[in-house]
Amino acid sequence: MSDKKYLFKRNNVWWVKLAVPLSLRSELGYDLRRTTGEKDLEKAIPIRDKIIEEFKTEFQIRKVNADDKGIVLRGTEHMQKTDISDPQYFHKVVDCQYACPAHTNVPEYIRLIAQKKYDDAYMLNWESNVFPGILGRTCDRPCEPACRRGRTHDKPVAICRLKRVTYDYKNDIDPYLPEIPKVKNGKKIGLIGAGPASLTVARDLLPLGYEVTIFEKDNKPGGLMRTNIPSFRLPAEVLDEEVYRIIKMGAELKTNSYIDSLENVIDSFDAVFVGTGAPKGKDLEIPGRKEASENIHIGIDWLTSIAFEHTKSIGKKVIVIGGGNTAMDCCRTAIRLGADDVKVTVRSPKSDMKASDWELEEAIDEGIPILDNTSPKEFLLDDEGKLKGMKFEKMEAQYTDGKRKLIPTGEEIIIECDDVLLAIGQDNAFPWIEKNIGIDFNEWDCPIVDKTTMQSSHPKVFFGGDAAWGPENIIWAVAHGHQAAISIDNFCSEVDLFDRPPPLTNLVSQKMGIHEWSYDNGISQEARLEVPHADLKEALNDLKMEVELGFDEKLALDEAQRCLNCDMQTVFQEKLCIECDACVDICPTDCITFTTNDTEEKVREKLRVPALNLDQDLYVSGKLATGRVMIKDEDMCVHCGLCAERCPTGAWDIQQNNYIEAHNLNKDKAKAKEVA
Amino acid sequence: MSYFKPINKHPNLEKNKLGLTRRDYEGGVSTLCAGCGHDSISACIIEACFRLNIEAYKVAKLSGIGCSSKAPAYFLNASHGFNSVHGRMPSIATGANCANEDLLYLGVSGDGDSASIGIGQFIHAIRRQVNMVYFVENNGTYGLTKGQFSATNDLESKNKYGEDNLFPPIDLTSMAIQMGASYVARSFSGDRDQLVPLIMGAIQHKGFALLDIISPCVTFNNHDSSTKSYDYIRNHNEAMGKTDFVPLGEEIKTNYDEGSSVEVKLHDGSRLSLEKTDNNFDPTDAGNSLDLIREKNKEGKIITGLLYVDNKCKSLTEIMDLPDKPLNTLEQDELCPGSEILEEINKSLS
Ligand SMILES: Cc1cc2nc3c(=O)[nH]c(=O)nc-3n(C[C@H](O)[C@H](O)[C@H](O)COP(=O)(O)OP(=O)(O)OC[C@H]3O[C@@H](n4cnc5c(N)ncnc54)[C@H](O)[C@@H]3O)c2cc1C
Ligand SMILES: Cc1ncc(C[n+]2csc(CCOP(=O)(O)OP(=O)(O)O)c2C)c(N)n1
Ligand code: SF4
Ligand code: SF4
Ligand code: SF4
Ligand SMILES: [Mg+2]
Repeated sequence: MSDKKYLFKRNNVWWVKLAVPLSLRSELGYDLRRTTGEKDLEKAIPIRDKIIEEFKTEFQIRKVNADDKGIVLRGTEHMQKTDISDPQYFHKVVDCQYACPAHTNVPEYIRLIAQKKYDDAYMLNWESNVFPGILGRTCDRPCEPACRRGRTHDKPVAICRLKRVTYDYKNDIDPYLPEIPKVKNGKKIGLIGAGPASLTVARDLLPLGYEVTIFEKDNKPGGLMRTNIPSFRLPAEVLDEEVYRIIKMGAELKTNSYIDSLENVIDSFDAVFVGTGAPKGKDLEIPGRKEASENIHIGIDWLTSIAFEHTKSIGKKVIVIGGGNTAMDCCRTAIRLGADDVKVTVRSPKSDMKASDWELEEAIDEGIPILDNTSPKEFLLDDEGKLKGMKFEKMEAQYTDGKRKLIPTGEEIIIECDDVLLAIGQDNAFPWIEKNIGIDFNEWDCPIVDKTTMQSSHPKVFFGGDAAWGPENIIWAVAHGHQAAISIDNFCSEVDLFDRPPPLTNLVSQKMGIHEWSYDNGISQEARLEVPHADLKEALNDLKMEVELGFDEKLALDEAQRCLNCDMQTVFQEKLCIECDACVDICPTDCITFTTNDTEEKVREKLRVPALNLDQDLYVSGKLATGRVMIKDEDMCVHCGLCAERCPTGAWDIQQNNYIEAHNLNKDKAKAKEVA
Repeated sequence: MSYFKPINKHPNLEKNKLGLTRRDYEGGVSTLCAGCGHDSISACIIEACFRLNIEAYKVAKLSGIGCSSKAPAYFLNASHGFNSVHGRMPSIATGANCANEDLLYLGVSGDGDSASIGIGQFIHAIRRQVNMVYFVENNGTYGLTKGQFSATNDLESKNKYGEDNLFPPIDLTSMAIQMGASYVARSFSGDRDQLVPLIMGAIQHKGFALLDIISPCVTFNNHDSSTKSYDYIRNHNEAMGKTDFVPLGEEIKTNYDEGSSVEVKLHDGSRLSLEKTDNNFDPTDAGNSLDLIREKNKEGKIITGLLYVDNKCKSLTEIMDLPDKPLNTLEQDELCPGSEILEEINKSLS
């Protein structure tokens, strides 16, 4: 592995750098230079490889142990003092931000909402996730299951719906948009597909003076956000505003332009980004499929034809096959188009369905039955050869060693239907990419793409969004877009692609004076607030009527108060501590223990409340006067700041951890900081 | 900024036999100075009551005046409380004890409250063997009134303003043993492992239990020339062997070698198991205890641990042969001896 991509040259010396796989970044940080401390090219490469290998194995072991829910083993040594200068340490404490693929600074925008600074809150989102109004309605929200509030209380903060609030309550934000240079930098970038991935790349490159051309096969930009996400979840105005905002920044948009040969376009550009999504819906090859094809539709194609108003009706009885979000959108669209008997069938048990809980809930609330453990066997035709129903076999799930097996029970059922919608998955497809132009594909016909740089085996061609590794979601498409834009900028500036800007981080003390802190720790103890919904009857009769109404201002402000301000970090300095235990006594969630140091396993067991959540770190101090150490279990900290408030010596401080993931819009700041 | 402790607690917090967590034994948020030793003692009282499955409504917290005497507001919210005049807590305790022995009496006082203005009351409560736990939260200063010397402060120490202490200290533990206290211990607010079992033992003990707890005043007596500062105590603390509290019906978990521990049985059948020290110290022999305290004081050491225990003593109500039931539960027929007896009495007078 001695390729040069792990090296770069500065001040005429070769340095080993980063190239740390994403999953290991919290362990190794972004930059291996510090770890290896080796400047000599020949010596550095093997050291770097060895470190990564070692960490990989250790990481794997820890993962396995964590999965088993045994206690983690981090060696047989006493615990090391926590290195809080590693930006990933406190980043990880901000559970929502850490879980977000784009690492949006959630607590900061929630605080801005609480202060009714909606424009600022919107812009913070826009910089990081590009589509706050769209995502505030449709995001897969990996932040919410991660939210600390789900552990300390009951349900997570309604992070996603608060994002929507920033869109709904903002004023004109045009004045805050980045300036687009009149004089271009002479580099031309071609983006194929106008989905969220490409749009993000465009947004990140335009302010740097790139000339960007977007090719889209449909007549409007937006990708699946337009063609597949139904307007009762995402109104066209919201979509148009945020999509055209990027086009208006100066991207050249060529609609109705299907690219049928990459080779033909590649030479016109300095770099090409492929953001064509995963456009091929999976088919179901069972008896009767061909004969009944008139009434069998591929879910994503069917949704597209509704979006473009080619399809305006459907039969009365509809079966939707599949257990994911596409199935949920299909069944909900079907009743709105006039079907009166819609059923969803899924092979697995309900608890294993892929659909997000809230999408499943919405479908059930709209009166749609979900038949689980039901596996399709045959399309049944009537005498005239028209589809009349389907035969299914009931399955039974058996679990051995945590692995699921679906066993056919032999019990058959027949369900009548006029139409069937297939929503059983999507594949990427690249019939338009020539096989001989230097882009390598793997055995599943997916391009081989570097996880960090988004670069394919052809140096000029980058991939992102669903096109890279198969169907994901909008926020991942955005995250890929940011990374691809950084790579394209590096590539066009002849900077090594692995020389990536580090995150911008900043720890700011919140102490303003005696008993005065500059953040509001008065959290609400109320349960998660429900988002108001439109009248169900009306909504079911109108394909375009938005079902969720969003929070009104009062609800929004109340919900914002539920956030625990997880970016307000507890920072401990052992040399100031007199071990009076004031922090231990005041802490509402028993996070802090003073005890003798030991192995992580032993330490986790002997805390005031044993630290069983292995995903959460322990903050370990250096040795104190009595020889003990302070150990804080980050798991349940509610960031109330009372430990710092009650500390007589200021050994505890509350510091806001401002962590901003680098993207092209703030890249210069990040670089400047790194040099300083 | 809110200074209230959020009500949510750790979901895995341990529960006692009553189904309560430690947090159910808390009081209001302390208004004492951050870092005050008194707060640590409150936390230890909370821990001890939690471990002993005590029902808070069966506890009365009594105190005098001082920062220490404010402390009862910061633990056991659901208990009874009486904040008396400076130095007068012992007489309130005596009266309450006579009227209702069913309550657990936790008297919380300071070195000023007990060793100065209230010393007479203190001595008589001991002498009368009032059934209570008497905490002296001893910081060697009048904290509440801004740091004057108290009567427990050591001769060679200076106050925060650099003045010398001209008078020798009163040692409350020796005084209590001499006056007949039946459970006497000294501890340090910063040593919870030692303090919690001592409090548990004191609560289960019947009779007068004194806990003299060195409790640094971070604001007025935590400077370099203080002998009651965190640093000084940590450097001069001579803790006796480990004390374990063993509840009734439970086996001793600590495994000292055979013959290396002393066991003291308490009135309710629970036990204190004391790790034996080198000098063969016997905590049931008052003379032995007094010698040890004197010896260690001479060496400039602060001896901490269980110093004396007499588990056979009679408490105030037993000595006075008072009814077992609280006075307020006595019915008419128990209070009124009846006409026959009245007749007899009258006859004897004529
Ligand atoms: C029914 C359904 C519902 C969904 N709901 C959600 C949701 O609620 N939340 C969420 O986060 N995600 C959702 N997703 C997933 C999400 O829409 C996608 O993950 C995301 O849009 C991927 O973005 P992308 O930019 O990679 O590609 P796409 O959005 O797929 O965009 C690709 C674009 O490229 C164009 N294109 C393709 N090939 C060519 C070519 N050769 N030449 C020119 N143009 C071309 C396509 O027309 C399309 O416009 C949903 C998906 C489906 C199918
Ligand atoms: C009758 C009376 N005399 C004097 C005072 C003033 N005073 C209040 S608290 C206090 C001393 C308290 O010292 P201590 O009991 O040691 O309590 P600490 O504050 O040190 O915990 C004094 C003298 C008073 N309140 N009442
Ligand atoms: S409580 Fe707030 S900051 Fe913490 S994880 Fe949830 S949303 Fe994020
Ligand atoms: S901020 Fe401090 S006191 Fe509050 S929960 Fe976290 S560790 Fe405990
Ligand atoms: S003055 Fe001293 S005794 Fe009083 S609260 Fe402050 S630290 Fe405690
Ligand atoms: Mg005092």
